[in-house]
Amino acid sequence: MAEEVKTKEPLFSPKNKKLIFNPLSKDNPITVQVLGICSALAVTAKLEPAVVMSISVLAVLALANVVISLLRNTIPSRIRIIVQLVVIASLVILVDQVLKAFAYEVSKQLSVFVGLIITNCIIMGRLEAFAMGNKPWPSFLDGLGNAFGYAWILIVVAFFRELFGSGSVYGYPVMEWIGVYNIGYKNNGMMILPPMALITVGIIIWVQRSRNKELIEEN
Amino acid sequence: MFTNKYIFLYSSALVIVVAAILSSAAQLLKPFQDRNVRTEKIIDILRSVKIETEKESAEAKYNDYIVEEITVNREGEIVSLYRNGKFEKGNVRAFDIDLKTQLTLLDEIKAGKEEEEPQFPIFVCQKNGEEFYIIPLRGKGLWGPIWGNISFESDYNTVYGVTFGHKGETPGLGAEISTMPFQEQFYGKKIFDNDQVFTSIDVVKGGIANLSEAKQIHGVDAVSGGTITSNGVTDMLFDVLSIYVPFFKKQLENESKPAA
Repeated sequence: MAEEVKTKEPLFSPKNKKLIFNPLSKDNPITVQVLGICSALAVTAKLEPAVVMSISVLAVLALANVVISLLRNTIPSRIRIIVQLVVIASLVILVDQVLKAFAYEVSKQLSVFVGLIITNCIIMGRLEAFAMGNKPWPSFLDGLGNAFGYAWILIVVAFFRELFGSGSVYGYPVMEWIGVYNIGYKNNGMMILPPMALITVGIIIWVQRSRNKELIEEN
Repeated sequence: MFTNKYIFLYSSALVIVVAAILSSAAQLLKPFQDRNVRTEKIIDILRSVKIETEKESAEAKYNDYIVEEITVNREGEIVSLYRNGKFEKGNVRAFDIDLKTQLTLLDEIKAGKEEEEPQFPIFVCQKNGEEFYIIPLRGKGLWGPIWGNISFESDYNTVYGVTFGHKGETPGLGAEISTMPFQEQFYGKKIFDNDQVFTSIDVVKGGIANLSEAKQIHGVDAVSGGTITSNGVTDMLFDVLSIYVPFFKKQLENESKPAA
């Protein structure tokens, strides 16, 4: 185990701030690392499931990071992946049960995708890459940061897909209020299909890279 | 380095702790989840008689509109009758019956096994002075179970309303059975022909426009691209409704007799 910082550092030191803010843009799990794409395509047809999915991933990722970080010195390295999986799986089951109890409608819409948080590469990736070698507090921040990075992409994609696909935002029929249907506007049914999520994510990646030249590969 | 003994102990302890946490969480949340399932069932039943409800008012509306819960056996005899909050006959509430178990029982009896007599639920709804009879449905789609509720007018023949649900039919194809345009087709259709023979309602591939006029009243258009789900709906309606045919006939006979 690497020697850790001995002097007490402030809770939001520049290093810790980076943990939260890097995953939002230049280290984004979806647009830069291209992880967690599967669920990003599946649950973004409407805003509400996307928001609930984001919160679920946030809870699982932050807690799993903290738990693994607390256990990190006791976990035998030969079974570390199994231990990580057990922690993630139990947190996901907890989240699933809570949703079934308190957000039944949404949990039905999310159906298998809550369970599939277990296989979300972002979570395993963060546990293995960060929580196994860092203290609980930075791990918690790292979890939050990556979950927010995942969440904002999901929410932006869902916003556009719901707006153009169903003509509403978070279930409110915005397009009807504006009255564009009267002048011949029609909802684009294609936005509801998964491929359009991929294209929307692609557009976000394009915009992001054109603004941040560091992300562009040399060749 | 960790010894093998440590690894075994560590993983055992971890699994036991996790199991304890998960099972207590499941126990704790069970009542809430059960209530959700119950509310959903109520909302579904009421939707089949075209009453829209919110989650909060579901229970109250159910008590207002559903005046009787009946269970019948295969011969069409009433086994239980639950009216205005008390049993007038038998001791099983139609609401508590799981149709899936009853259908399995029926299948096993048909296969020659000795099983207890299955009971099938009917809900009687009173709305604007008229009575409607609601029958829960359950069958197989392409990927998993499909279900629904169908309500009849007091002639036990004309469909008043219907709802369908499904576990995981293909979105845009089979899943269309749970949309209003598909369900509205059933309104006013009949399950008995002019000679009082049970015909059920068919979901017709290629559309009912090609059928003879006499048959159109017993059919609706299938979902294009959702043939197996559509056939599933046809089978579900036939299988479940045919169980109730003896009951319907008995009721009609009783009503046609002059009141003593």
